[in-house]
Amino acid sequence: MEAIEVKDLSKSFNGLTAVNRVTFTVHQGEIFGFLGPNGAGKTTTVRMLTGVLKPDAGEARVRGHDLKTDLVKAKAVLGVVPETANAYGDLTAWGNLMLIASLYGIPRRDGEQRAARLLTEFGLYERRASKVKGFSKGMKQRLMLAMALVSNPEVLFLDEPTSGLDVQSARAIRQKIRALRDEGRTVFLTSHNMQEVSMLCDRVGIINRGQMVALESPEILRHRIGGTVTVEFSFDKTPSSTPPGAERIGDAYRLYTTEPHEVISSIMGFATRNGLKLISVNVQSPSLEDVFVKLTGGAPE
Amino acid sequence: MSAKVWAITKKDIQLYYLKGPVVIFGVLFPLFLFLAFTIGRNLPAAFLIPGLMAMTLFFTATSVSPVIMPWETQMRTLERLISCPISVRTLILGDILASFIFGVCISAVPVAVGVALGVGVRSPIILLTAIILAAFCFSSLGLLFSTPPTSLVSNIMMLSTFVKFPVIFISGIFIPVEQMPGWGVAVASLSPLTYFTDLARYALQGYAYYPVHVDFAALLAFSAFFLLLALKLHERALPKRF
Ligand SMILES: Nc1ncnc2c1ncn2[C@@H]1O[C@H](COP(=O)(O)OP(=O)(O)OP(=O)(O)O)[C@@H](O)[C@H]1O
Ligand SMILES: [Mg+2]
Repeated sequence: MEAIEVKDLSKSFNGLTAVNRVTFTVHQGEIFGFLGPNGAGKTTTVRMLTGVLKPDAGEARVRGHDLKTDLVKAKAVLGVVPETANAYGDLTAWGNLMLIASLYGIPRRDGEQRAARLLTEFGLYERRASKVKGFSKGMKQRLMLAMALVSNPEVLFLDEPTSGLDVQSARAIRQKIRALRDEGRTVFLTSHNMQEVSMLCDRVGIINRGQMVALESPEILRHRIGGTVTVEFSFDKTPSSTPPGAERIGDAYRLYTTEPHEVISSIMGFATRNGLKLISVNVQSPSLEDVFVKLTGGAPE
Repeated sequence: MSAKVWAITKKDIQLYYLKGPVVIFGVLFPLFLFLAFTIGRNLPAAFLIPGLMAMTLFFTATSVSPVIMPWETQMRTLERLISCPISVRTLILGDILASFIFGVCISAVPVAVGVALGVGVRSPIILLTAIILAAFCFSSLGLLFSTPPTSLVSNIMMLSTFVKFPVIFISGIFIPVEQMPGWGVAVASLSPLTYFTDLARYALQGYAYYPVHVDFAALLAFSAFFLLLALKLHERALPKRF
């Protein structure tokens, strides 16, 4: 059984099509990265898949439960860290976790055990009796993740879980995401951090203006944009003219090519002709960011 | 499902009802309002206390319940709540139950005031049943007020106040139904509060305008109507809150 199946899912808001016939499948036990520029429709998709918004058209299933006919059952197997939602500021960390546990129908004992374990794991156990409104952003986000995990969900939706967090907190969350995958859980992750996505995700879907423009593993995606490589090089002195086809980046030059061998020979020729010494050459295959920019025609944040 | 309803209720009570100002306001506001309209009219306590009970129950059961939805929309706690495996019905019933408990508890105050003033309760069973039924009815009405999918608490407050104030003047609280002109009786019959006031008068004074079973039937009918309508409208409104 697939973890998430989405077919022709659509949603518009007063005439604006936020999600337009989106189709994809997320396999069980994978980390699926969902990318797209601001306003592409990521959060709208997550909200439809977690039962917050009703799709206008299309079908979606989570672990085989149809969202239209079996919404409560679908919600029972998923956990979510929404992009902008909050825990109850006037409840304690413990109170928030117990509330969620009881709404998932978890017996009180189990709920207490899981809450204690999760709070300890996320470094919040000492603060369990403090009201959440006094928590820092990172603490709140860790609590939201604990709340998403208290029901042991098979499928986890994380909408920009690391945005705005410091390096340590973000890394801790990434480690947790990996550990969950290793337990066989499925993670649906949206992020603007390309490095994060290429490090974590088994497959990536890219959405732009409500439409899916790519659905592949990060590796395949990188190859798909035409095998273009970036060649960066610099000389010991500034040449009087720019090498043909190159653009200047600081005190270095950059070239995009599918034929790195020829390009490098011609750079050598250019250096010899102008009495320059090549001091660095760097050949890079395209990054996920390059792919993203190419496919969405805009810079990611 | 009942455990989940209770979880919502507990959350509501903890967050919204068990607050000093809410409780004090719940008791004092109907009392002051009531005094403002009755002082100097030299009416007997046995007539006044049923009216005070009606006002108190009506205002407390419709005070907090309408603002929870817009408030939680605004505080962005609602999204997390409804992605839990609960139905809209569970959520609404939980909110109603919290308001119900609050209303029933606070309505003990005017009963105690009455006893202190020497107004005895002749039919405690009828009174208790009436309080329970009316608390449920008014709580459902409170939830009906919050069906417009806005996050502006003030809009909902305005809407509910706009409805609530006229209602207390047409429900036989200050002027008994039997003293109203024909059109007044017709208008009064449209207000659920009329039937509770009538039952409270029966329980305390021993007579009422409508037969007791008519009062109960009317309260039941209003409850069912408010509840079903609130469920249906919330079902429709909830996805529009995001
Ligand atoms: N409740 C709403 N009412 C009206 N328009 C909405 C609503 N929610 C989303 N939109 C619109 O739908 C489009 C998609 O928004 P969405 O939040 O899904 O984008 P996103 O991909 O999550 O963006 P970001 O990266 O900024 O979080 C946007 O144009 C947005 O303005
Ligand atoms: Mg978003």
